[in-house]
Amino acid sequence: GNGAQSVLRRWLPLLDQEMVELNHSLTSVIPESALLILIGWILGGIIYGADKMQTFTLTPTVFFFYLLPQVILDAGYFMPNKLFFSNMGAILVYAVIGTCWNAATVGLGLWGCWLGGAMGDIDIGLLQFLLFGSLIAAVDPVAVIAVFEEVHVNEVLFIMVFGESLLNDGVTVVLFNVFDAFVSLGGAEIDAVEIIKGIISFFVVAFGGSLVGIIFALLISLLTRCTKNIQIIEPGFIFILGYLSYLTAEMLSLSAILSIVFCGICCQKYINANMDERSVTTVRHVMKVFANGSETIIFVFLGISAIDPDIWVWNTGFILLTLLFIFVFRFIGVFLLTWILNKYRLVPLEFIDQVVMSYGGLRGAVAYGLVAMLDEKKFKEKNLMVSTTLIVVYFTVMLQGITMKPLVTWLKVKRAAVTELTLAEKIQNRTFDHMLVAIEDISGQIGHNYMRDRWHNFEERWLCWFLMKPSARKSRDYIFNIFHQLNLKDAISYVKEGERRGSLAFVRNETKADVDFNKKFRANFSEIMPDIMAENMGPDHVPLSSILQDIVPSVCLDMHELDLKMRESEDFNAHHLLQQHLYRGRKQHRHRYSRSHLETNKDENEVQEIFQRTMRSRLESFKSAKMGVAPAKKIQTKHQKKDKPQKMPNGNSTDKSKNHPYGDKDLEFSEGDCGSGGEAAGGLFPMRAYRVEAGIVNPAFMAEMDPMDNMQQMQQIPHNVGHLTLPSKSMVISDPVYLTKPIPQTIQALTVQSHFIWIVPYR
Amino acid sequence: MGSTNSTLSRIPNVEELMQETGFTPAHIVRLYDRFEALDKEKTGHLRPQDFGAINRLAMNPIGDRIIGSFFSTGQETVDFHSFVRILAHFRPADKNRPKDPSMPQPVNSRTSKLKFAFQLYDQDKDGKISRAELLQVLRSMLEMQVTEEQLESIADRTIQEADLDKDDAISFEEFRKSLEKVNIDHKMSIRFLR
Repeated sequence: GNGAQSVLRRWLPLLDQEMVELNHSLTSVIPESALLILIGWILGGIIYGADKMQTFTLTPTVFFFYLLPQVILDAGYFMPNKLFFSNMGAILVYAVIGTCWNAATVGLGLWGCWLGGAMGDIDIGLLQFLLFGSLIAAVDPVAVIAVFEEVHVNEVLFIMVFGESLLNDGVTVVLFNVFDAFVSLGGAEIDAVEIIKGIISFFVVAFGGSLVGIIFALLISLLTRCTKNIQIIEPGFIFILGYLSYLTAEMLSLSAILSIVFCGICCQKYINANMDERSVTTVRHVMKVFANGSETIIFVFLGISAIDPDIWVWNTGFILLTLLFIFVFRFIGVFLLTWILNKYRLVPLEFIDQVVMSYGGLRGAVAYGLVAMLDEKKFKEKNLMVSTTLIVVYFTVMLQGITMKPLVTWLKVKRAAVTELTLAEKIQNRTFDHMLVAIEDISGQIGHNYMRDRWHNFEERWLCWFLMKPSARKSRDYIFNIFHQLNLKDAISYVKEGERRGSLAFVRNETKADVDFNKKFRANFSEIMPDIMAENMGPDHVPLSSILQDIVPSVCLDMHELDLKMRESEDFNAHHLLQQHLYRGRKQHRHRYSRSHLETNKDENEVQEIFQRTMRSRLESFKSAKMGVAPAKKIQTKHQKKDKPQKMPNGNSTDKSKNHPYGDKDLEFSEGDCGSGGEAAGGLFPMRAYRVEAGIVNPAFMAEMDPMDNMQQMQQIPHNVGHLTLPSKSMVISDPVYLTKPIPQTIQALTVQSHFIWIVPYR
Repeated sequence: MGSTNSTLSRIPNVEELMQETGFTPAHIVRLYDRFEALDKEKTGHLRPQDFGAINRLAMNPIGDRIIGSFFSTGQETVDFHSFVRILAHFRPADKNRPKDPSMPQPVNSRTSKLKFAFQLYDQDKDGKISRAELLQVLRSMLEMQVTEEQLESIADRTIQEADLDKDDAISFEEFRKSLEKVNIDHKMSIRFLR
């Protein structure tokens, strides 16, 4: 009795911590959730053995009020919004129509079989079957996350299943309540009115729940806007208000899951911008801790709850038929809906994707929670349903979870064996991807572009202004952020380098310090990657171990595994190099949603590199055009000052206008705009300024420019002057040594402050 | 739709444009709106820096090349017609076009698309992708860590694979042949919205 309870009370917290560190090789075969259920069984057995009854079960109250909200908040907060909303149509179709289909077919199927006598003699009716169907039909977000974490599917597929699992709660709740009410009424009272009421209640519940969530998101964003002086407790607000949104929706009988999901989805951007970096980090980590903890407890309890002979009722027909029906009808439903959807989608969902989606329709704790809420007096066969639900959950989570990865791998390999791409094809494929992205950007066509454009405009004009702190707004500029971080990174590496060499004295060398950064940094990099230098690339020394870096092996269903036969040939190197190092391009972002890893978006590096390179080459062509070297593209910097001089990022105040011939000039790229959709917001043409290394650049250059003078003049330029002409200053870029150095060499001495210098086009 | 017609009437030679490119009036209007949005100074022409204003292009490894492809040799501006003509390359191919060899290829045929892709590589327009040109493209698409030697080895291999007449350069025919298994229509089309 007490012994078991105290043991358990001490065990469970430890369990939480340990589970997260389960051996990764084990969890790559068996998903964590399955293992947790196993442990739950064992624990349940111990408790039952000690107490002779099951003292711990997963009660609906505990589940719905204390365990589930964190998981869903985590899901909403880390949701990749762009992906989610661009696939929203498809997700809604699957969530609403798919769930209704599942519920109806399973319910009716079981009813038909009952009528046919396959289940023997049980006290049940059509309505109860429909109710059971509705609660067992819903795909469970907790289970989906748990299983898909190990199986890295492409992002569209993931968002489909995941989004569906989150949004179908609206349907599930409505169906459950409607059928529950119907059962109470009794079959005779149901007429068209009731049914219509049911349909209306769906809309009310779903939209109402979402609305509550959005309202709370607004609240949170506004709140974080004002919390500048109490930053230390900022994170607390997020969790409290998130939970409050859940409770409020629940209180109003609306869909609580939808509420908290939309709360998380809508507020993430604003709170991340408004809050201090440390608070953001805190929120992220605590969110993961809570979610992980909840998930662990959920699955363990799912296991424990099973070890209770009182609830088990075995009815072979019912159970087996349920399993069969949910499986089969899921497949049929998904394929049917996908077939319809593909007619309207830009990128159709492929066969494998559909298979994975069908197979990935896992049921989990939500179904169990719902079934445990049934009233025994109305539902004579409640225990049967509970048992069946448990078995379904175990089946999907454990069996399907374990076999998911092999299935995906098998399917992928089957397809990949068809052909091996040549190098030219690979390169060209990637070129095509980039090309398409570029053309889409140029022509302004990106999927649901028009609506998205309008939403961006609206958002930037009103929402940003309303919900974000003024300082956050300014630094929200995406590209500016990149360069801010680049500056920081460069400064740090510069200091490190200096320290490595003993001192930073060489920086202060004001004569032309001909430091060959290229060689220096290559030397550094070669320490880090010793094997990937040319000398090791001979045919006999293929350094496989070094090439096989720690890359996330996303099961990218359109890329092919290297054929092992090629390993011998030199082709291997070239192919592998391509595979590793080709820029991924925007369409193939790696969104890895994970319960246990918080990853920074590695695409940032890629974007930075590309951007720098582009700007550098534009500067070069500008320079060479100016010097009459070659009639390359003339990219001129223009200054269109609309009424936004104050929007220049980073407080470019004019009291820093002392002339610094050497030393602290650090020029940065900047775009004075509120967001990455720059041109859409009646945007400013990017005011470009270029980076210069003070210590290295030819003094002649610096002396000629009187930057702060320029700035003063610029403030008064009327807004449609195309070119800036400064009568007295003409700019000569002489000997721009910095241009020939590969990035990240444009490093500034010690100051991370950014000062802006506008390069005036010479006309 | 009234606004469509009024916008259309502002565009000179719009019938001919639609005929040539196969865009519908709605498409043309949409593109015209886009053109005007890019053409901030309302000169009726676009210059490279107007394209430069599109932030996301700067984050595209071949963004500048694409911009360049809008400007034919020697030209510094692009007018609406040329703008649309280039974009027309990316229209999905018409399924039911009769294959009449005597008629000129429509702008969105497989050949035309390939030609567009080819000229992205072939910057000096000599009809061949030389090793240097290939290196340039590779350089822009590969991460910074890749060394020159690795780059050159990839370029060499690629040329080896595709170069049939062994002149150390890839001609258009060789280019086309190397991509015969690729579904160009799928890979080089975007759906133009109404």
